Amino acid sequence: MTRATLPPQRQRVLARIERLSWLVGIGLILGFLYLPIAVLVAYSFNASRSLTWPMSGLTLEWYQKLASNSQLIEAFYNSIYVAVSATALTLIIGVPAAIALDRIDFPGKGLFRKLILLPIALPGIITGISMLILFRAIGFNLSLETVIIGHATALLAVVVTQVYARLQRVPASLSEASVDLGASGLQTFFLVTLPNIRTAVIGAGMLAFTLSFDEIPVTFFLTGRDNTLPMYIWSTMRRGLTPEINAIGTLIVAMSIVMIFVSVLLLRDKKNPRK
Amino acid sequence: MSTSRLVRLTRAAVLSPPLLWTFVFMFVPYAILFVYSFWVQKYPTFVPDFQFGNYIQIATDPQYLNVILRTLKIAFFVSLGAALIAYPYAYFLVFKVKRPGVRMALYMAVVAPLWVSYLLRAYTWKTILGTTGILNSFLMSAGVLSEPSSVFLYNQTAMIVTLIYVFIPFMVMPIYAVLEKIPHNLTEASGDLGVGRFRTFFKVTLPLSIPGIVAGFTMTFCLSFGDFIAPFLVGGPDGLMVANVIASQFGASLNWPLGSALAIVMLMIVLTIITISDRFERLGQGKFA
Repeated sequence: MTRATLPPQRQRVLARIERLSWLVGIGLILGFLYLPIAVLVAYSFNASRSLTWPMSGLTLEWYQKLASNSQLIEAFYNSIYVAVSATALTLIIGVPAAIALDRIDFPGKGLFRKLILLPIALPGIITGISMLILFRAIGFNLSLETVIIGHATALLAVVVTQVYARLQRVPASLSEASVDLGASGLQTFFLVTLPNIRTAVIGAGMLAFTLSFDEIPVTFFLTGRDNTLPMYIWSTMRRGLTPEINAIGTLIVAMSIVMIFVSVLLLRDKKNPRK
Repeated sequence: MSTSRLVRLTRAAVLSPPLLWTFVFMFVPYAILFVYSFWVQKYPTFVPDFQFGNYIQIATDPQYLNVILRTLKIAFFVSLGAALIAYPYAYFLVFKVKRPGVRMALYMAVVAPLWVSYLLRAYTWKTILGTTGILNSFLMSAGVLSEPSSVFLYNQTAMIVTLIYVFIPFMVMPIYAVLEKIPHNLTEASGDLGVGRFRTFFKVTLPLSIPGIVAGFTMTFCLSFGDFIAPFLVGGPDGLMVANVIASQFGASLNWPLGSALAIVMLMIVLTIITISDRFERLGQGKFA
């Protein structure tokens, strides 16, 4: 019944079949994950305008078109502006929030925790429309700045979870000792707490930047006349599929790969704690 | 200044920015959204009121009810599909891969796409599945099809495939995390006691990994439930989801009160699912701790 009762030769054959089917299955999953990205990249170099098989020769034409597309370049700079500002803002609010959740007891803490973590599972569209209603109600005009506030709010949850997880591994006695030794709150924060959670803050910041750079549901409702890059790509898609989108996509994939490598390096940093 | 007063001041300084921010930009907007859901549309604008017309319309107009049911169905199949792919993958990583380096690389391989633009990952499926797309032209040049087929794109299957592709990292991460924590000696003990490997899996490994499956299912379900990009890109006329309908109420239809009511319904569904899954996870922790 169990495998151990079978003759050794059958056992070996069975083990080989099992190994092979695992490898095929895992290969299929990896193919499912990476073939579409490979397709995206490959067709950015395709000579023909239509996205069909077989490919019809190599060209850099689509990349040249991008370089002379002033709307696209403006959208790109807008996205950088939004992502950098939203990341800074969300860190300024999120790091103290994580510290508060970890170290301070205050009335309404449970509600505060629930509220601030909600956007992780809450569809972005709800953050988007509720803030749209707020800005309209108080007579704010929609602009890139309203998008920044929206992104910072939606991304708070990401920063808080990452920093909070790290704080839980830093003994509270460290900052207590610092205060006992006469350091002020600010000194303790910058000299004791921050160095201990540094990589988590940088990691959370990079993730927040990437997510903001790519964000659509919140941006969709909060942007005024200016477009961010994803919104520009989105509006191009409505007009039809072109290899130019693949070219932008390939550049974004390249940028993501750089970000992944940097974050892996940071992760490695975490394994050698300097005390 | 006394230490305790200093500590209190520092605490106030740490607490007030996040508290203020979450109050102004989260609590107040959600509250206004809730209030709006009772207002009435009076073309071309909407006026304050307190009535349940919007909710009654959602509950009785089959158009809205169907969209909500369809969205629930799609989110369910996305989560199910993602779990069926993610579980064996995570299982392979934890129990079959011996070298930690290879395990880390394979784990990163499935998590890394999270860093690649969501929009582009959905878009590339549109270029693959389209009527004049890559899959169709490939099948034609291979002689499988004689003319392009439209069965691949603009239907619910295309949407489910795309959403599984986009959200699968959220399923792999929690399942991997729970499988990694299962002590190997548990499964070994089960084997030593003469229990077959399939029974070991169903009696030991699977029950212990349920909290991870629940966490992944919840995350994937909520994310796909609120999505409006995949339906727009690869969904057809029968593929509209709740988020698309909400977006159109705030756009072309210009019925913010109805859109707000739909958003509140969506919020309630998501909160219910999170609460149930929280209970479930806590139950699991109590049992296996």
